[in-house]
Amino acid sequence: MFRVTRRYRFAASHRLHAPQLSEQENQRVYGKCSHPYGHGHNYVLEVSARGPLDSVTGRALDPAALDRLVARQVLTPFDHRNLNVEVAAFASVVPTSENLAVEIRRRLKGAWSAEFPDEWPKLDRIRIAETGNNMFEIGADEIL
Amino acid sequence: MVITRKVEFSASHICRNPQLSAEENRRLFGPEANPHGHGHNYVVEVSVAGAPDPVTGMVMDLKELKEILNRHIVDPYDHRFLNYEVPPFDRVVPTAENMARDIWARLDPELRGPNRKLRSIRVYETPDLFIDYWGEQPCSA
Repeated sequence: MFRVTRRYRFAASHRLHAPQLSEQENQRVYGKCSHPYGHGHNYVLEVSARGPLDSVTGRALDPAALDRLVARQVLTPFDHRNLNVEVAAFASVVPTSENLAVEIRRRLKGAWSAEFPDEWPKLDRIRIAETGNNMFEIGADEIL
Repeated sequence: MVITRKVEFSASHICRNPQLSAEENRRLFGPEANPHGHGHNYVVEVSVAGAPDPVTGMVMDLKELKEILNRHIVDPYDHRFLNYEVPPFDRVVPTAENMARDIWARLDPELRGPNRKLRSIRVYETPDLFIDYWGEQPCSA
């Protein structure tokens, strides 16, 4: 069993602001992340898959197929976008990196079989760095 | 406890399966199949699991680990064309997966001790593509 990890980058803006909370509470919970016009990050996304070796290619995954899937499901819709305004999932969900990881997992799992129709490889985990100092990781089948 | 040591080497390779046509290799491997080969700066992280020795406070002497990695990985792999100069890659496609497996096979017997064993190998082919390997394990869902 091998785990293959590919690293991707996208830049996007967001604002952390929970509509259920008052302005004051949002300020208290999210601080400068709640400033009204939003702000941006250079996100680094790691997508890992696991599986046995293909006996013909000697690989556990075709990186080009993963690149296509991630470009279609994540990079094209997220890169250089305002997540709150331009990504439907964040119209009502605060685009924290935790929620971003959950949404990316949902998108990749939903479209996985289009690029990987066989039993293997399977999605293993998603890891997002919002900045070089903050990382968020979720297992493909982790129950929240 | 797990300790990890990193080593780097540079090597060239071609990813192609000799049983397939040039066209088929091109489709499967893309530019990795270019016939004259190309190179990478590989980074390998080797993790050893064990209990710290009650006297030395170390799972393993890192100097000894460094020497083992140099002797068994860097010496045979560094500045070589893997397909032509480093068995088993004369008959096994030198993907990062197969390199992780070969590195495991070279290191596993060297790193066995009463209180320690090889835990995992991570091979970075580029900073954006890496493989983790824990030895042969059955594939479960």
